[in-house]
Parts: sequence; C-alpha cells; structure tokens
Amino acid sequence: MSRTSKERVLLYVFVGLFALMSLISPNKFLSPGNLQSMATQLPELGLISLGMMVVILTGGIDLSITYTAALSGIVGALVLSAGYTGGAGEAAAGLLIMKALLAILVTAGLCGSLNGFLVSYVGVSPILVTLGTMTLFEGISLWLTKGGAVSGFPEEFQWIGNGYVGFVPVPILIFAVFAVITAILLERTPWGRSVYMFGCNPVATYFSGINTKKTVMWVYLYAALLAAAAAIIMISRYNSAKVDYGSSYLLQSVAIVVLGGTDIAGGYGKVVGTVIAVGIIQVLSSGLNLIGINRFIVDVTMGALLIGVLLLNYFIGKGSLGKGVKKDAQKANTAL
Amino acid sequence: MSEKPFLQLKNISKTFPGVKALDKVQLEILPGEVHALVGENGAGKSTLIKILSGVEKPDPGAEILIDGHPVNIRQPLDANQQGIAVIYQDFSLFPNLTVAENISFGKEISQGRRLVNWNENRETATKTLEELGIELDLHLPLERLPVAKQQLVAIARALAFKARLIIMDEPTSSLSRGEVENLFNIIRSLTQKGIAILFVSHRLQELFTIADRFTVLRDGKYIGTYRKEELNEERLISLMVGRKIDFVRQSRSSRGPVLLEVKSITKKGHFKDISFTLHRGEILGLTGLVGAGRTEVAQALFGLTVPEEGEIILEGVKVNIRSPEEAMGLGIAYIPEGRQREGLVLRQPVAQNISVTMLRKLRSKLGLLDAESERRLVEEYMEALDIRPRLPQMLAMQLSGGNQQKVVLAKWLATRPKILIIDEPTNGIDVGAKAEIHKLLRRLAEEGMGIIMISSELPEILAVSDRILVMRRGRLVGEFTSEEATQEKIMNRAFMGAPAGLRPKRGLQGDRG
Repeated sequence: MSRTSKERVLLYVFVGLFALMSLISPNKFLSPGNLQSMATQLPELGLISLGMMVVILTGGIDLSITYTAALSGIVGALVLSAGYTGGAGEAAAGLLIMKALLAILVTAGLCGSLNGFLVSYVGVSPILVTLGTMTLFEGISLWLTKGGAVSGFPEEFQWIGNGYVGFVPVPILIFAVFAVITAILLERTPWGRSVYMFGCNPVATYFSGINTKKTVMWVYLYAALLAAAAAIIMISRYNSAKVDYGSSYLLQSVAIVVLGGTDIAGGYGKVVGTVIAVGIIQVLSSGLNLIGINRFIVDVTMGALLIGVLLLNYFIGKGSLGKGVKKDAQKANTAL
Repeated sequence: MSEKPFLQLKNISKTFPGVKALDKVQLEILPGEVHALVGENGAGKSTLIKILSGVEKPDPGAEILIDGHPVNIRQPLDANQQGIAVIYQDFSLFPNLTVAENISFGKEISQGRRLVNWNENRETATKTLEELGIELDLHLPLERLPVAKQQLVAIARALAFKARLIIMDEPTSSLSRGEVENLFNIIRSLTQKGIAILFVSHRLQELFTIADRFTVLRDGKYIGTYRKEELNEERLISLMVGRKIDFVRQSRSSRGPVLLEVKSITKKGHFKDISFTLHRGEILGLTGLVGAGRTEVAQALFGLTVPEEGEIILEGVKVNIRSPEEAMGLGIAYIPEGRQREGLVLRQPVAQNISVTMLRKLRSKLGLLDAESERRLVEEYMEALDIRPRLPQMLAMQLSGGNQQKVVLAKWLATRPKILIIDEPTNGIDVGAKAEIHKLLRRLAEEGMGIIMISSELPEILAVSDRILVMRRGRLVGEFTSEEATQEKIMNRAFMGAPAGLRPKRGLQGDRG
C-alpha cells in the first residue's frame, strides 16, 4: 500500500544524508567518536518525540512534555543529591539510585495524569491544558531549584547517560528498548488500536464501546513516562538537573513527529517513521556542525528539510488518497 | 417547461483505476424541470454530479453543452459561472458564518471579488430570501438554525449567484414530512422561474411527487430517460436493479419471553414518560417524525444519555447504563443513523472497523492482539454478511453505503448482542441492499435477538416490524401490532397523537387512530 511509502521515503532521505555527510567529511563524520556522540545525544530527543507522537496520534498535543521531563528530572536530582554524602558504599548508592528513579517516575506519572485527566475527563482541549501545565511544571521546577542547577550525584548514576555496553552507549539502548515497546503497544494491543481509531474519529470509536476517556488518559500518562526516561538520561549525562535542560526539544519533537509521517490531525503515524526522523535530524545537526557550518545555517537547513519532506509526502499522497479524507477527522473532544 | 434544453451531457465516461464508474452516459435537462437522477448505490450518480460540478474531470470524448454551446468544466468555479449549483447532503455551508454571509459568499467568489462588501451582502441575502418567500434572521450564525432551515440557506446561496440548475443530493434525508412538503413548495416556485432541479434521492415516493422526468443509471451505464407518466414505482425499481424486487412483508417470527422492560424513563427536553417492553425474537419498530425523540430514547438504552427518571430492566434485573462500554457489556448494540460519522472510522480499514468491538476478546495470553484470531473473526463476518469487495484491508470510506452499513452490523453482531438497536437501517442505501438488510434483521430475530428498529420510512416500518411504537414530541403516542397498522394510522398518531396518559382510558392497543 502506498501509505508505507512515507516511511520508505524517510529512510532514503536518512541513508542519503548519512552517505552525503560521510563523503563530505569521512574522517570526522565516520569517526567512532562522532558516531558514539550522536548515539548519546539522539535518545533524549528521540524519547520525547515518541511521547509527542503518541499524543499527536489522538489528535492532541503535549506542550508540557519537556517540562514534565525537567520537573521529574529535578525531583530525581534532589533525591540523589540529598542522599549522597560522597564515598558511601556501592549498595547504598544503588538504593539511592533506585529511590531517585522511582521519584522521577512518580513525578512524571503525576504530571501525565494531570494532563490526561484534564483532557479526557474534564474535556478541555489538549493545547490549552498542556499550555497551562507547561507553565505550571516550569514554575514548580523554578521554585524547587531557584533557577540553579541541582548536582552532586553518585558516580554510579552517571553510567546511565555516559556508560557503554560494549561499544554501544547506554542511552541509545534505552531508546531502542522504548521504541520497540512503543511500537508493540501501538500496533499489537487493544489500547494502541483504540488510539489510532480515536485519532481518526473519536465519536465512532466511543460509539463502538471503547472507553475513550481511559484510552486518552493512558496516552498522556505514557507520554509522561517517556519524558521521564528522557529525564533520567538527561540528568545523568549532565550530572545535574536544571529547569531549561531539554526545553529546546519541545518544538523539535513536534517537527520530528510530523517529519516522521504522523498526521498532525491524528489517526496515522508509525514509530519507525519517528525513529528515522530523529536520526535524520541528528545526522544533519552533527554533520553540519562537524563541517563547521554556522549554527544559524544549520537551523535554516533543518527547516528547509522539514518543508521538503512534507512537500514530498504531499505529492506522493495526492495520487493515492481521496479528497474528503479529512472530513471525518473533525477533531477530538466531541465524544468526551 | 420550454423545449430547448439548458444542459446536455453526451458520451460521459469516467474511469478510475480498475473501475469504469461511468460508461457513455447522457443526460439532458430542460429549463424549469425537476429531473430525478436514480440508480442503486454505485450506479454512478455521485460521479456524474461530481463531473457536472467540476470536482472530477470526465474521460476524453465527453461533451457538455449549455444552451447548445460546448463548455469546459474544469473546477467548481467554472460550474458556478455556468449557472450550475450543487447542494450536497451536508450542504457544504459555513456553520460559523451568518445566514447573510453564507448566502452571498458563492456570488462573491464567482465574481472574483477581492474585498467583501458587507452592505451588498446583506442586500443580496435579503433579496434572495424574499424571492424564495422565506424569513430568516440574517445575522444568526448558521449553526444555530435547524437542518431544514440550513438547507433553505443553501438554496438561497445557489439562487444568489443566479444558478440555472440546482443539483440536490438526497435533500430530504434529514427532513420531517412537513419540512419535505415545504421544500417541495420552494422547488415548485423555483421551477416557475425557469430554474431546473436535478434531484437525487432514494425515496421513490417523494420522487414521484416532485419529479417531471427520470434518468436511470445502472452500473455506470445509461438505462434511459422517462417521463413520470411512463413509470410507476415498481417499474422504476426494476429499471434500477435490472430485476424485479418484491418489497414483501417479512414473515413473522414467534416472540419469546420479555427481554427488556423500559419503565417511564424521562430526560428533560428530549423524552418523557416512555414505557415499553421488548421480547426475544421480536422486531419493534419505533417511528415518528424526525425530532420526536426516537434516537434519544435509543441512545438512553446505549448509555449515551442517562435518563433522569425511570427504570430500565434487562432480563428481570434493573440496570444503569452510563456508557456504550457498559451497554456493550450488557449485550446491547446500537447502530447509529450517522453511519459515516458515528458508525465507522472511515479512514481505517474494514478489518479494524469490524474488530473494534472485540479488541479485548482478541487478546492473547500476553495481552497482545492475536492477529490470527482477528483475521478469522473479520473473515467470518465479511463472509456471513457478504461484504463486498471481500478485502479486509480496504478503507471503510471506499465501500458503498450498503456495504458500509454491513460493516457496522458486522462489528456489532460480532459481540453477539441480546438487543440490537438500529437507527434508520437503510438510509441512503440502494434498493437491493435494503431488502438484504431487512432479511438479515428478520433472521437475527428468529435466532432470538430482540431488535428495536428506528425508521422514518413507513413502508420499511410496516414491512419489517412485529410491533410498532409511534413517538411525537418526546412522548409515546401509539402502539400497533403489525396486523392492525397502516401508514395512515401511524401518520395520524405521529402528527396528532397525544400520550396515553392524557387520553380517555381506552388502552393503547385498541386505538382507532
């Protein structure tokens, strides 16, 4: 079917860019150092993009996702730094890390539940809810940190963001695991199926006996969980937590999701598309940096690439998809 | 009616990948006539309209003549400028704009205006509405008007840009009887001005009331054009389907024990004091004018609305139904009237649409969907209901109306419901598929299901139901057995009936209507 070709186009773009960068600067771009550094940077943005994608599939958006990551990261950092006295035994450090991870997950869970509750049960539009919670989470983060960085973690914790299994960085492994889990959840579970159905037509989905409120609730909760995973990598990699860590990922993640072929109106999108899109962005930004191109030109290139792929998809899709396709996508909330 | 045609179409073909939607079709429309375009779903009516309105281009070799001169219609704007207006089923109006803006919008566009002239807009709107002899508040946003009034706005818009042919696609499907009458009066006044109407409808009775001539399409081919006098309903149907169809009364199944008991349920503003029973193996027809509260009662049984008072007793147990999920758990299925909006997820494949009600039961031990069981389930029901084409991965939007309805039926039959509520089961479905769905309902009743069928089409109600309830203004105003019911009795109740409690004590059954 023609629909899969969206992802194929992306894959070609990715391979093409990778080859291009390798040709232009074989010594630097293909060096193990660069490949590893790309593999370390990509997962944070990748995890946030996956979370964003799941939300966009329902026709919603989560503007609070990066501050969910920031806030849960900060809470985790506070637990870590408060309990860390330096030079404690390995067992004590392990326990502390477990406590911190739990704190991060619980915080993110609370953030996600708040979003999910307001969107699905109260019925406020996602963009308003998450705009509000974005500011709320940012505010709480600032209040907790007074704007500064929280640091002083056990050394063992840094392994998550900077360690290797063999020659593969740990963050990319975490990302791979979550990408696979997300794909399975979306494509092989009743919940995932409901997410796509809801994204296409919330009313008909509700009329089919699906508990759409619960479905949407879990969508925001799952997005927050992915944000938490990103937060764990982030604070470990920087060895500290700060309000604005990751805040630039917000719009980038939306761009990546759309670049990855997800319909911004909901109902269509694949994990593999998002993953390739993250790869494209990473190759592009690292590659251009290495070649020594001005930072601003890098942004221009990214913007141009995004528009280019959108146009390409438009022309490919035009032939195969009928008009009036969007008619039934009269969006969210109607059933709630 | 003058004799020189306004519009002539000759040799119109349209080929889509793999399908010949139209094959050398012709059509001739005289000024001031009401021309009915009829055919089963998939006969090519919509494609022909799309070509006329510039949405689709015909295959090379087609000829379109207006006033005897060949014209090219390449986009909707061209059609407008040639004096052709289309009123689609959903009217294609702007719900958030005012009545005046909606009326004058088309005219502005077709004149290629760049700026909006508000005074002129109001004038145009006032003048057009006067011409039609209707009164509407110009400043009201369109969405605040009832459907019938919105339709009048759509007609006014067509008139505003001096349309000489107005194409109406199923214009009566969401109107009550009185509103249909009103629409017909307006159509008659338009034809006196020399405006031609191309009328597409499945309601044959209405066509015989309003149309002068009929053009019949079948499987994309032109069958013929006939004057009304040359036809009757039976002959028209046989021309449409190419075979004779009997719209016979279904044989009745024996009814079993009481399945559902509804005791004076009330929801303010929607329905009041509704009581009835439904037996196993029974088809209960629920009719009345549009807006009488039939759908609202059905939705209360499906958990879409919760009644404020009264009780619902299912197999002797009092139940509270607060969501479709709960209704489904109790064995209640509801097939809504809005097939495309509420019944189906059009952008998803047929398979997904069928299995959506069964997702939980299709889980394997790990909680994942079992692809093999899903495939079997989908195949089983596509086979059982003869859904064509038998392609589970086809998008629901690509199916014809009748097959779409079967998909909705399939997803609910898969849940093996005890009660099936079906709202306007054959709305916008062609004659052949109608009979098929009626037979299916009867077969389900024979297997012991209790069925509540809501319908505005009295022939359907009479042909299919075992017992008939009539609603009017949110009240139950009549009950008939199938033997005693006639169209007249039902209409009488639907228009003038008073609720049982307010009439002298004669009981519901013996009502003489």
